[in-house]
Amino acid sequence: MKISEVAEILNAETLSGEELMDREVNSACGADLMSDVLAFVTDQPVLLTGLVNPQVIRTAFLMDIKCITFVRGKKPDGEMTALAKKNGVVLLSTQFTMYKACGLLYSKGLE
Amino acid sequence: MSAAIHLSYKVDGSDFTGAGTASAAIKRILREIGVDMDTIRRCAICMYEGEINMVIHANGGTADVYIDTEGVKMVLKDNGPGIADVEQAMQEGFSTAKEGVRDLGFGAGMGLPNMKKYSDEMLIDTEVGKGTKVTLIVRFPKGGGDGA
Ligand SMILES: Nc1ncnc2c1ncn2[C@@H]1O[C@H](COP(=O)(O)OP(=O)(O)O)[C@@H](O)[C@H]1O
Ligand SMILES: [Mg+2]
Repeated sequence: MKISEVAEILNAETLSGEELMDREVNSACGADLMSDVLAFVTDQPVLLTGLVNPQVIRTAFLMDIKCITFVRGKKPDGEMTALAKKNGVVLLSTQFTMYKACGLLYSKGLE
Repeated sequence: MSAAIHLSYKVDGSDFTGAGTASAAIKRILREIGVDMDTIRRCAICMYEGEINMVIHANGGTADVYIDTEGVKMVLKDNGPGIADVEQAMQEGFSTAKEGVRDLGFGAGMGLPNMKKYSDEMLIDTEVGKGTKVTLIVRFPKGGGDGA
């Protein structure tokens, strides 16, 4: 599905990367530990996380993650948004909890 | 193995926010010279975990990266406290990181194991009270894709 559909399913606000919403993504992962992302993620272009700090953006860039979705309404600051823009990473923010957000995306076909 | 490219970075130990800057720079360079995605990712993971370790455990250090036709060599050097028991430090889940580091998404004791997993060679040279030097080698896949 497209990143725009991810945003729609999660009723999410787009905080960065509006111009990249047409990119295709086929799977996702949820993690609060960046070391876990580094250890286990291979080709999961959507990351759902409750962690908000610049290292999340950096991890995404290094692991070719195209879209970060912050759960429980969390939002990054301006510095993080700028870093995401520079690195071509889409940032979304949803009110759903991690559990619900993952469940919703999974049930709509995102693996 | 004569290095065609040598890059050197200072990793600031007082700035957690900046940790990973050198890794991101290396990723961009490897991409520019046409290295395959898998190799880039392996280098990025090794270098990033190494950078994070220098920031959270050793008050910063230096990262030297050498690229030639065979692969990428990363040398992460610091003057931190050193590692008393390397075998223990290499175990998944072993960490002396403080609580605050965990809140930042690191400090789960996965760094050194990750570096081991994603590199072809890893060498730890450390002395308590003096510092630590971690050398990591990631080789390009055989048959093309050497990025040169
Ligand atoms: N550069 C370093 N200087 C001193 N100690 C280190 C360094 N790198 C790793 N260590 C030690 O090895 C342990 C394990 O490292 P690692 O696997 O990266 O886990 P973590 O960084 O999450 O604690 C650390 O908790 C620390 O005690
Ligand atoms: Mg570590």
